[in-house]
Amino acid sequence: MKTILFVEDESVLQKTFGEVLKQEGYEVISALDGQIGLRLAKEKKPDLILLDLILPKIHGFDVLKKLKEDKETQEIPVIVLTNLEGIGDVDKALELGATTYLVKAQYTLEEVVEKIKKALGK
Amino acid sequence: MNLKGFCEQLNVSSQCRKYGLSLWQCPQFLFLVMGLIIIGSSLTVYAIGNRFIEDPTLVALLVLFISAILFVVATIITRSFERLAEASRMKSEFVSVVSHQLRSPLSNLKWVIEFLMSGRVGSVTEKQLEYFKILKENGDRMTELVSDLLIVSRIEQGRLPLKKEKISLDDLVGEVIREMEIFARASNVEIDSKSEKNLPPIVTDYFQLKLVIVNLLDNAIRYVKGKGRVEIILEKKNKNLHFEVKDNGVGIPQDDKKYIFQKFFRSGNVLRHQTKGSGLGLYIAKSIVEKLGGKIGFSSREGVGSTFWFNLPVKQ
Repeated sequence: MKTILFVEDESVLQKTFGEVLKQEGYEVISALDGQIGLRLAKEKKPDLILLDLILPKIHGFDVLKKLKEDKETQEIPVIVLTNLEGIGDVDKALELGATTYLVKAQYTLEEVVEKIKKALGK
Repeated sequence: MNLKGFCEQLNVSSQCRKYGLSLWQCPQFLFLVMGLIIIGSSLTVYAIGNRFIEDPTLVALLVLFISAILFVVATIITRSFERLAEASRMKSEFVSVVSHQLRSPLSNLKWVIEFLMSGRVGSVTEKQLEYFKILKENGDRMTELVSDLLIVSRIEQGRLPLKKEKISLDDLVGEVIREMEIFARASNVEIDSKSEKNLPPIVTDYFQLKLVIVNLLDNAIRYVKGKGRVEIILEKKNKNLHFEVKDNGVGIPQDDKKYIFQKFFRSGNVLRHQTKGSGLGLYIAKSIVEKLGGKIGFSSREGVGSTFWFNLPVKQ
């Protein structure tokens, strides 16, 4: 079973989207802030990380940077899933090594699931 | 401007009330004061100069004194302009912050509704699905409005990101048509596209231009009554690429034409026909096309249809 680390501070999304991913047959690890996200990424070595950007404690961009600097986690694909759509945000995330950048408001639940499946090669 | 409009312009106190400013903060009133001072002082200097021509020092001192007064008035005017500009900046910033803040709860709402509709939580009856669809549609409308507001606030703050690259307008139009085909079919509208062969590529921002085409095509499809047809033409005109989208929809009443690119403006006949829409699409389209160095325009007859077009220079 493939494992997804879901770094997201909105508990509503953790609950709903986490449930959807479980139904799709993935094991979901939840992290409610950037610090926990980084720790769990190292400990659990998930197959994919879903990363929000506006996060408590450590900002998503810094989480992404640290993940890609660390040899233990740099190979894990990261999908940025956020509502942040400022100037240069997409470019910055892709430069830092994110696989895809998804703006929540622009995708349906099922579309995001499809993107995740594709990223995990299923 | 007609005579009535001109007279309204002259009524300074009502103009100042429109901005919500007191008289001594209002640029129009201060300009009037400055004008009066200039006329009055010129006359005074002339009169005094005539009488005391043998004493140039007095005249010079008088001119100096009046210049000082004018300087003070000009400073106050500049300050009041600064305050107006600051208020406008704060308004845009406020819209931007509010839009960002609204996005999170809105996308939560949207996904939870989709989750319920998907049947993943439990089976959904036809009746329930009908109401979920209403929730979803309204959620989507709010999301679109918030996105439009964000774009508008960026345009007004001069922070619209542009990333220019070489693109084929033909391919871009094809992509938009494919994406909007379902919407067109659901609206009983047929899209027909004619493109001149071997059109040169243009250097422009792909995503912003896509937004313009989506907005124009969306309007064309949306405002067709019953079965309709939308025609897209792409051609090279002199040094420009010309795009136009023609519909046989409700058209724009003559009186509304001058307001059509204004923010939040929605034509009366459109409101009768269709309640959806933020009234921001054409404002956004115009702002983007102009920022990309092009021109946008339209021709329309009520009850017959509208044609919206834009031109973009081939070389930039």
